[in-house]
Amino acid sequence: MAKYILKRLGLMVLTLWAVVTVTFFMMRAIPGDPLAGMARSLPEQTKANYYAKYGLDKPLFEQYLIYLKNMVRGDLGESLQFPGRSVTDTILETSPVSAAVGGIALCIGLILGVGAGILAALQKNKWPDYIVMFIAILGITIPVFVLASLLQYLFAVKLQLLPTSGWGEPKHMVLPVIVLSFSTIATYARYIKSSMLDTLGQDYVLTARAKGLSEFQVVSRHVMRNSLLPAITILAGRIVGIFTGAFVTERMFSIPGIGFYYVSSINNNDYTMILGTTVFYAALFIVVQFIVDFIYTLVDPRIRIVPDKN
Amino acid sequence: MENISKEKFQIIGVDKAEAERIARPRISYMQDAWRRFRQNKTALVAFVVLALLVFMCIAGPAISGYAFEEVDKGAVNQSPSGVHWFGTDKLGRDIFARVWVGGRVSMIIGLVGALISSIIGCFYGGIAAYFGGKVDMIMMRIVEILISVPYLIVVILMSIVLDSQGIFTLILAMCATGWCGTARLVRGQMLQIKSQEYIMAAQGLGVSPSRIILKHMIPNTLNVIIVAITFDIPNYIFSEAFLSYLGLGIQPPNTSWGALAYAAQTQFLFYPYQLLFPSLAIALTMMSFTLMGDGLRDALDPKLRK
Repeated sequence: MAKYILKRLGLMVLTLWAVVTVTFFMMRAIPGDPLAGMARSLPEQTKANYYAKYGLDKPLFEQYLIYLKNMVRGDLGESLQFPGRSVTDTILETSPVSAAVGGIALCIGLILGVGAGILAALQKNKWPDYIVMFIAILGITIPVFVLASLLQYLFAVKLQLLPTSGWGEPKHMVLPVIVLSFSTIATYARYIKSSMLDTLGQDYVLTARAKGLSEFQVVSRHVMRNSLLPAITILAGRIVGIFTGAFVTERMFSIPGIGFYYVSSINNNDYTMILGTTVFYAALFIVVQFIVDFIYTLVDPRIRIVPDKN
Repeated sequence: MENISKEKFQIIGVDKAEAERIARPRISYMQDAWRRFRQNKTALVAFVVLALLVFMCIAGPAISGYAFEEVDKGAVNQSPSGVHWFGTDKLGRDIFARVWVGGRVSMIIGLVGALISSIIGCFYGGIAAYFGGKVDMIMMRIVEILISVPYLIVVILMSIVLDSQGIFTLILAMCATGWCGTARLVRGQMLQIKSQEYIMAAQGLGVSPSRIILKHMIPNTLNVIIVAITFDIPNYIFSEAFLSYLGLGIQPPNTSWGALAYAAQTQFLFYPYQLLFPSLAIALTMMSFTLMGDGLRDALDPKLRK
């Protein structure tokens, strides 16, 4: 077990390093340098000072080493668009906002999705099943921005129940949370349903029925446990889905989260910010994946880590 | 028992050649798949809707009678009517024509993107599975690293670096790591087939490796790949819409469904129909591909036969 964890940790560091390296050189490979737009109209000396300030006067490889060194210390550089604003601080300030909205959306999505999936499986080919599957298909196929616009139109403009956008009060969170949780509900409903149906056909369920367990006991003890476990594996994907979905929702609902700043840094060509946030997202995803895999090996005895044959 | 006389029984004999005769006409794998696909009503409807959408993308702009980039200052932001079926946008351009022209771009990105990444994935996964051992391990480690970066982040980054404005660079950006999923899938399937008894039987009969690959490995992997492509296409269309929505996708005068939705966004509260039509097109396309993929998966996999 310890060996497995160490191996995974090593791979995580390797992956993160690869991401940082590739991203760094890709960003530098963009025609023109990060300051080109701003520096064009400046006098020669001022320009040189600017380049020195951001360390852009040094050779590329040295810049890369400096970046790596700073990154290990937790310093991701300074925003080009907003001088004086550090990328690390921006991430630290904005990610809790995204995490709050995303976390609530994930919880709601999980609960409703799993519930709907169980309902659909137990009521297969009856109307609850059809309704759940219809919603699930909608959730997978309707783009986030369309759903967000529809909800804004319905609840904010027509019914005037909720604000269209803004941040600070609980009512501002309602619509973004609905939008973000919708695809999670859909994904989980579909996944849980097929997983439940799969389990219902297993021999041990037949055995449980044959020995006279009530339907409730069969479902809660034998079916649910075994069909909910695999659902952990798609959790990592859903967490990322919520974070990337936030690119759109945070912009549409004016939520000052990390997705909002990521998108605006893309539009402003703020290279250090793009680089820093990408590294942050990659690191987040890698860690989340590791944790999810780890939890799965803990709870499912069938895939306990066995030593490699070679 | 006793009142049945012996005369009532007679020996009719057995014709050995007759026993070997195949009673029903032979059905090839594809015929069988098509037969089962047809029985799935949802998938069939999805297929028809899709065919209609594709037809409209080809013929729609011509039917509308307007050029998609034609600006008409006298007819700005008009609601859907007999003149402009889907209304006009803020520059007076006919939305009906624009939706179908945009559809061409979205469909091409979906189809070509899914096809390219599947081909790369097939080769990559096939090579990894064929050689096995160290090669397999190294190749799969690379895929693991690539896959552990969120897909949309990669696409965004690639399109910034490539300065993507047209279809080609956009597809390139999306395929950068898009093939990884297929590669894993193909490798897994290949390895699974390799250990099956009928391959062993074929090897035992002395069938040459090239024939095994052609006759057993490829046909049995193909169904998985076809299904994967069907599910990939909507993902590509969706990613394109997402990118265009962030302002990184198709640039004017060209347009796509995502770009249309993005343009309509700013005045959505006043002219909701401008957003309605492109998003309806996206949703319908995605839905059809997803439902058709479900049907294809059931039809192509003999193991799912009930």
